[in-house]
Order: sequence, then structure tokens, then C-alpha cells
Amino acid sequence: MSFDFGVIAGNWRFLLLQGLLGIGAFGGGTLALALPAIVLGFGVGILVALARLSRFQVLYYPASLYVQVIRGVPLVMVIFWFWFFIPIALGIALSQYGVALIAFVVFEAAYLGEIIRAGIQSVPRGQVEAGRATGLGYRAVMGDIVLPQALRNMLPSLVTQFIILVKDTSLASIVGYMDLTKAAQTVNQREIRPFELYLFIALVYWILTFGMSRLSRALERRLRPDQPVRALATDRIAGPARPPGGRET
Amino acid sequence: MTLLLALQYQFEWSVLWTAPYGRWLLQGIVTTLEISALAWLLAAALGGLFGAFRTMSGLGPRGLAAAYVEFFRNVPLLVWMFFWYFGVPQVLPATAQDWLNRHGGEFVAAVVALGVYHGARLAEVVRAGIQSVPPTQLEAALSTGLTVGQAYRRVLVPIAVRLIVPPLTNESLNLLKNSSLALTISVTEVTFMTRQIEAYTAKGFEAITAGTLIYLGLCLVVAAVMSRVERRLAIPGLVVRTEGAEH
Repeated sequence: MSFDFGVIAGNWRFLLLQGLLGIGAFGGGTLALALPAIVLGFGVGILVALARLSRFQVLYYPASLYVQVIRGVPLVMVIFWFWFFIPIALGIALSQYGVALIAFVVFEAAYLGEIIRAGIQSVPRGQVEAGRATGLGYRAVMGDIVLPQALRNMLPSLVTQFIILVKDTSLASIVGYMDLTKAAQTVNQREIRPFELYLFIALVYWILTFGMSRLSRALERRLRPDQPVRALATDRIAGPARPPGGRET
Repeated sequence: MTLLLALQYQFEWSVLWTAPYGRWLLQGIVTTLEISALAWLLAAALGGLFGAFRTMSGLGPRGLAAAYVEFFRNVPLLVWMFFWYFGVPQVLPATAQDWLNRHGGEFVAAVVALGVYHGARLAEVVRAGIQSVPPTQLEAALSTGLTVGQAYRRVLVPIAVRLIVPPLTNESLNLLKNSSLALTISVTEVTFMTRQIEAYTAKGFEAITAGTLIYLGLCLVVAAVMSRVERRLAIPGLVVRTEGAEH
């Protein structure tokens, strides 16, 4: 039983620059994967949420099936889908980065979509009616009135999911992507100091995710309006598990 | 062109049930269930203990629980898998290392990694459950002469357990799905087996489809069981069950 944290002193540059930021011979980088995945996942998530709330069955049913299937399958499986299926189905080989990014967006958009849907449903229905009454169309009501308020309501759960996504990017190392986890594995092959190395990257991940949760708390305080937007259970745009062809949004 | 390539792939679904691949899948399911069940017990014990600690007034238990939850929850499970499997034996005495090597250390590491990680997540669920019990319940329990420990054990926890069944179901499903990460430390669970079938037969499409359907099936079964538990445990009038609640 012996510790040698000199291994961190000798390799922190490689771990942080290459693994976390992706600066170096291997490319890669945890943040280079996490940030685009968050932005794209959020965008696709909004579309999924709108489809789940849609009165058009051609949108509602496929979106619901997608969400249910993804939520019942581990992320590793989804990564393997894209690792094996895309080469077979399309006859093109994707880079590790491409596979990982597509898999994360497809996987996280299902979870983000449900959070966004709940956020949209937390906006009082009167807001929509007032918007429609002034003559605004669906896009204006959604984009200018409902979504900004929904965003504020769902910020805590949204950031929680973003934190999960950052942690999930470690799985890209399974298909060989050079992220923080893979960088630690690479150093470990040479140094054989797993205890120190994995504890160190655990700390790096922790600082990253803890920083995100602190940032979100500060943001929540700033966004908090004088009058919190609250909705009664009976005053929602659409209830959960609404029958298809229900009320107009 | 792309369509042509797609058509060149020869489907051979029979690999899923011919020997030895069919047996591999069954073994994988058994191993997945074993890891998940043992890790769940560990997670429930840790989550119950530290979740209760987090609601106590004493700074010691509360600080300890906060440190446990915040550290283990905010680091990727994959890193914990590597830490418990590769890292921890390094600091154990030689006899303990030998024992682990002879008794399937990767299985133990997977159970501990999953259990400790999800214990931290369950502690938050338990804390929220306890905090949602009206404080008058504690006051009433204490006024009947129960000690704080008894009040927790006999009054607060039984009520909180019922309140947390839906989020507990969610976490149990997460644990089951996350057991797939044990493949990275060579535990022969479902995902590992589907990869192995792919490696032996080059029938990745079939193998991964089978793995996907197995997880979907297991999740459905767990959700159904938990929904029964929820109905059985419900105290009339206490827990208002929302219609069509997400699991």
C-alpha cells in the first residue's frame, strides 16, 4: 500500500489539455464533445417536446415511441447502435467523434425533451390564450411567450440533465474517443498508478459538475421574477398522457 | 450505392439462439440481474442511511452525508468502475488482492461501484421523501415519548418510503441500465455478451438488437413490479397518486 501522487504532477498537462480540452496530438477532449452535445441535444429536445405536445398524431406517436424506447435502453447500447448500425445501414464509417456526438444527442434529447415538455406544461394556459387573443400565431406564442417562461421554470432540472450529460461523455472512451477518462487510461497503461489517476480525474469531473450546479443556482436567482410563474394542476396547456387529438395548444 | 451496401449485409437471426450464443445471452441476463440486485441492496442501505443523515440537525452526520452524496454523485460511474476495479486493489493488502483475483474481483468491483454511486443518488431521493413528510409527524412522534431514532424508524421512514416509490422506481431502472457499464471491467453481463457474440459471429446488428430488446423487457418488468409495490404500499388518503404519472 503506497501512494505516489507524483504521477499526477508528471501527467496533469496531458490529462487536462488532451483529455479535458482536446488540445494535443490525439484531438478529442471531454468539453469538445459535451458542449456541442448540450447545444444540439437541447435543440432536438425542444422539437421532441413540441412533437410530444402536438395534436397531430403523426408527430405525437413517433415522438412518444422514441422517448419510451430510449429511456428503456442503456446509453452504452445506444453508442453501440451507432458504432455498428451506421456502417452497415449507410455504408459509411463515422469517426469516433461522430459516433459519440450522434449517440449522445439521440440519447439525451429523449430525456431533455421530457424536461422541456414538463416545463412547457408548467406555463399557465392563460398565457397562451392571451397571446392568441392578441393575434399571434403558434410560432410567436411558443417562441416569444411560452418557451421563455418554460425555460425559467425548468432550469434546475435542465442543468441537472446537462450535468448528467457531461458525466455521460466518459462513455465515449469505450469507442476509443480521447476524453478525460481515456486520457487517464492511456497514462495508466504506462504508469500503472490507477488509484491516483482515477481519483484525480474523479476530482476534475467533480469540479466541472459542481461548478455547473453552482452556476445554475446563480442563474436561477437572477432569473427569478418578482412573481414566480406558477400553474395550477387544472390550468395546464396539456395534461400528461393526454389523449391524441386533444386540446389545441 | 449506400442501399446496395446495406443489402449486402446478410441477416442471420439464428445466431441468437444457436449454441453457444443463446446460452451466452441467458448467462448475461442472469449476471445483469445479479449485479443489479446486489448493487440495489447496497445502494438502498447507503441511500437510506445517508438520506436520513442529511435531514438531521447534527452537523456531523449531515456534513458526512453531504460529502458522500456530492462527491459520488457528481463523478461519472465509468470512472468509479475503473477506480474500484483497478485503483482500490492497489491499496489493499496482498492477501485481499489474492482473494479478489480468485473470487471474481470484477464482479465485486461492479457491485460496489454501482451500489455506492446509486446510493448517493438514492440518498437524495430519500432526503426529499423525508422532508416531504409533514414536520408535525415528527413532533407528534416525539411527544408520545419516542426517541429521535425510534421516530425515524417507526414513523418518518415508513411514510417517506411510500412517498418515494415513484422516484425510487426511476432510480432502480437507472441502476439496471447502468449495470451495462460493468462490461468495461469484463463482467460478463448482457452488453458484454452481445459484444462477444458480435466478435465471434460478426453479426453485430442481430446481437445489439437482442441486447436492446432484453433491456427494454427488463425495464418493463421492473416498472410493472414497482407499480404493484406502489399500489400495495399506498396509504389511503396520504399519497395522492397523479393520473398517468411517469415512472
